[in-house]
Amino acid sequence: MLRQLFNFKGGVKPQTNKAPSVQAPIGQAPLPSRLYVPLHQSIGGSPNPLVQPGEQVLKGQLIGSADGWLSAAVHAPTSGTVLAIEDHVAAHPSGLPTLSVVIEPDGRDQWAARRPLDHRTLAPERVRELLRDAGVVGLGGAVFPSHAKLTAAKTVAVEQLVINGAECEPFMTCDDLLMRERAEESVRGIAIFRDLLAARRVLIGIEDNKPEAVAAMQAAVLQLGEDYEVVAVPTRYPAGGAKQLIRVLTGKEVPASKRSTELGVQCFNVATVYTAYRALAHGEPVISRIVTLTGNVEQPRNWEVRLGTPLRDLVALGRPKADTSNYLMGGPMMGFAIPDLAAPVVKATNCVIAGSPSLFPASPPEMPCIRCGACAEACPHELQPFELYWFARARNFGKTQEYHIFDCIECGCCSYVCPSHIPLVQYFRFAKSEIWSREREKQAADAAKARFELRNARAEREQTEKAERLARAATARTAERKALPVKADAAASQPAASVEAAVTTSPVDAEAVKKASIVAAIERARAQREAVQPRNTEQLSAGQKKEIAAIDARRAALADPAKPADATSERTGG
Amino acid sequence: MDFSTPPYVLGETSVRRVMLQVLLGLLPGIAAYVWLVGASIVLQLAMATLAALTGEALMLWLRGRPLRLFLSDGSAIVTAWLIALTFPPLAPWWLIVVGTLCAIVVAKHLYGGLGQNPFNPAMIAFAVCIVSFPALMSQWPVLGLKLSLDEQFKLIAGLAPRIDVMSGATPLDALKTALKLGEGSVDVPTLLATQDVFGNFAGRGWEWVSSGYLLGGLWLWQRKIISWHAPLGFLGGLSLLAAALWMWSPQQFASPLFHLFSGGSLLGAFFIVTDPVSGCTTTRGKLIFGFSVGVLAYTIRVFGGYPDGVAFAVLLLNLCVPLIDMYTQPPIFGMKNEP
Repeated sequence: MLRQLFNFKGGVKPQTNKAPSVQAPIGQAPLPSRLYVPLHQSIGGSPNPLVQPGEQVLKGQLIGSADGWLSAAVHAPTSGTVLAIEDHVAAHPSGLPTLSVVIEPDGRDQWAARRPLDHRTLAPERVRELLRDAGVVGLGGAVFPSHAKLTAAKTVAVEQLVINGAECEPFMTCDDLLMRERAEESVRGIAIFRDLLAARRVLIGIEDNKPEAVAAMQAAVLQLGEDYEVVAVPTRYPAGGAKQLIRVLTGKEVPASKRSTELGVQCFNVATVYTAYRALAHGEPVISRIVTLTGNVEQPRNWEVRLGTPLRDLVALGRPKADTSNYLMGGPMMGFAIPDLAAPVVKATNCVIAGSPSLFPASPPEMPCIRCGACAEACPHELQPFELYWFARARNFGKTQEYHIFDCIECGCCSYVCPSHIPLVQYFRFAKSEIWSREREKQAADAAKARFELRNARAEREQTEKAERLARAATARTAERKALPVKADAAASQPAASVEAAVTTSPVDAEAVKKASIVAAIERARAQREAVQPRNTEQLSAGQKKEIAAIDARRAALADPAKPADATSERTGG
Repeated sequence: MDFSTPPYVLGETSVRRVMLQVLLGLLPGIAAYVWLVGASIVLQLAMATLAALTGEALMLWLRGRPLRLFLSDGSAIVTAWLIALTFPPLAPWWLIVVGTLCAIVVAKHLYGGLGQNPFNPAMIAFAVCIVSFPALMSQWPVLGLKLSLDEQFKLIAGLAPRIDVMSGATPLDALKTALKLGEGSVDVPTLLATQDVFGNFAGRGWEWVSSGYLLGGLWLWQRKIISWHAPLGFLGGLSLLAAALWMWSPQQFASPLFHLFSGGSLLGAFFIVTDPVSGCTTTRGKLIFGFSVGVLAYTIRVFGGYPDGVAFAVLLLNLCVPLIDMYTQPPIFGMKNEP
């Protein structure tokens, strides 16, 4: 079926370099001797470790539970022994360590209990929880927890569900191979997302340089009798950006300030859909992913790799050529140089490219901006990158926000076309992080200011209260002095009842009267305190009250050994 | 390692590549120019280039910038060629040297070098020289004047007296002067038909130089070195005003075609108002910028005291660029329906 496609402005056409890695089918990467599974592999909260060093784990066993709603669980990629839970270098440009579970595989690769489920028989909320607990996140590289994207906006129905198989980054072919080889399961997974969002139409967008994937997906859709549309979209980077693909397929433009569901559309990567299907229909959580290993290697290929596999083990499979100088994670447009091959494969690792000086030549020296506007022509979000650059350079961050810096998706098109070879994206990242850190500072300062003001107010209040108390006391004293003879009489008769000891020695002793009044005041104050302060034992359930009663009884028994029988009876009764 | 920031692949482009293509775009016009006036223009181009590179090197050295990187970017040569093509071809050597140094030292480097100049350096050179040396800047060779290479060289070097016979005027100037002298008694069509200085549709010979610029400009547009907005705005502004006045009084005003192919119109349209550094950057801004330059250039060349108005029009509009850019920012992706 021919459907009208929309165009997004800008974009570039770098050499795709995809052919080498699609020659062989997806290979199963062997188990490494150690797995380093980072607990934090998605956007949002960092999962809490659930295992102890020395513990035996099974394949697919939960080892890190989702921390809060925006988080995703982490599982053991194979069966084996937990050696440690320690900091290990992260798959991140900084190379900083992150808390990871180190597992020594036992080689048996023995699954934990798997529970296949049919999402149609479950409540939507339950399906979202299951996806979160299966660690399903966006595998396009953003690793956003999928369940958090699966709620339609309150007022807008989801018109289109876009499945992203565009894969516009050069070199990368993991989604291509997935669609070729596992089209049926991918298409089956779409139903989960469609039903949760109650989406009216499903559009599967694939760049037209992947005819095999388009054909495979079309065949799978036909075979399963679904009404999804598989659409070949023109090959132009970044057609696989969620917002660009949504624009191309639906004509809708999602600004940075809005969620796509507010416009009645949502987008998921095809690999995410596949893992969601495995998670529900087979009870298999996300413990591996397909990674393209390509570039300056003898054997470029896609591998299904266990999460936590050290990158060193992965790249060895491709046999890097002698002049390999570095490795990229992700594509050459948006990826980053891997600082340390000890870092593991994580859910975000879609592609590893071996680089050489001839494959990725060093960037020529940066020249001044000549305002040629090539970047503005290439920007898919129709920003004015050179203006942002001037403002970022001048640290005029207010202006960068006025010129919409947070609409920048850091796709790198501007840097790609810049005749002055200015690393524009770096300037924008710098500006964004400066703005974020300033906002954090401001928040901290505001909180400190509020604390300070609160403290001042309290001090002031206490001072006035003290002054009032003193004034009251002063008036009370004068009144007392006036009524002293009467009070002495009263002290002789009334408090005598409560404080007999004091009275017995000398009924008219002034000293004794004073002492008696102090004791009375303390008693009054105690009674008052008890009346005002709610006791934490007030709002308890019946069971808790019983328990407390039992404890009190035990205490009483300990304090009074004469009544042990009572205590035992209370305990057995409780 | 300088391998740490994405993107790791870059397009095949550089400032040098852009500037070289601009120079290539000038070649058809230069070829026509050589055919028209002889080798003197080549000499002027060479002198301007030499002066520009010397001035550039000196300023780079004073500013502590890398010499090789910036000398090879080609931007100074573009400025030099534009200056040579706007100055009279037989002007004395020092005139073009003064103009070029003014452009490179003052208009470019004193404002911060490549990419920082608010004014078009070539137009600064033209403006400074026509204000300072109006007589020399108005001496254009009479067409048909056959001077040997040696004679041309001597004239430029100041070794020969500047004979009156070579002190012609541009077609635009000739038209204006004739109209002024005639006090309205002569009419333009007969003037154009009778005077030797006018050709088929503009100045004799000059119309082909202009056509050369048009050809080169269209090539640059096709190569996506320049966008169509500023040139179209400029030519539109110029010809709209010209057409309005011409239709109102064809006796007094020349046709839009004459204006399009005379003076600096086409050089300005494709090589001056398209200067990215000193021009507008938004598409609407480019249209407004070009249109305003066109209207102003026509006004100055027809009603003002100078033979052509492109230079002053461009400089005046350079001043307005930040304002125009600020008010013509296009809406971004997803915000087109926002107020």
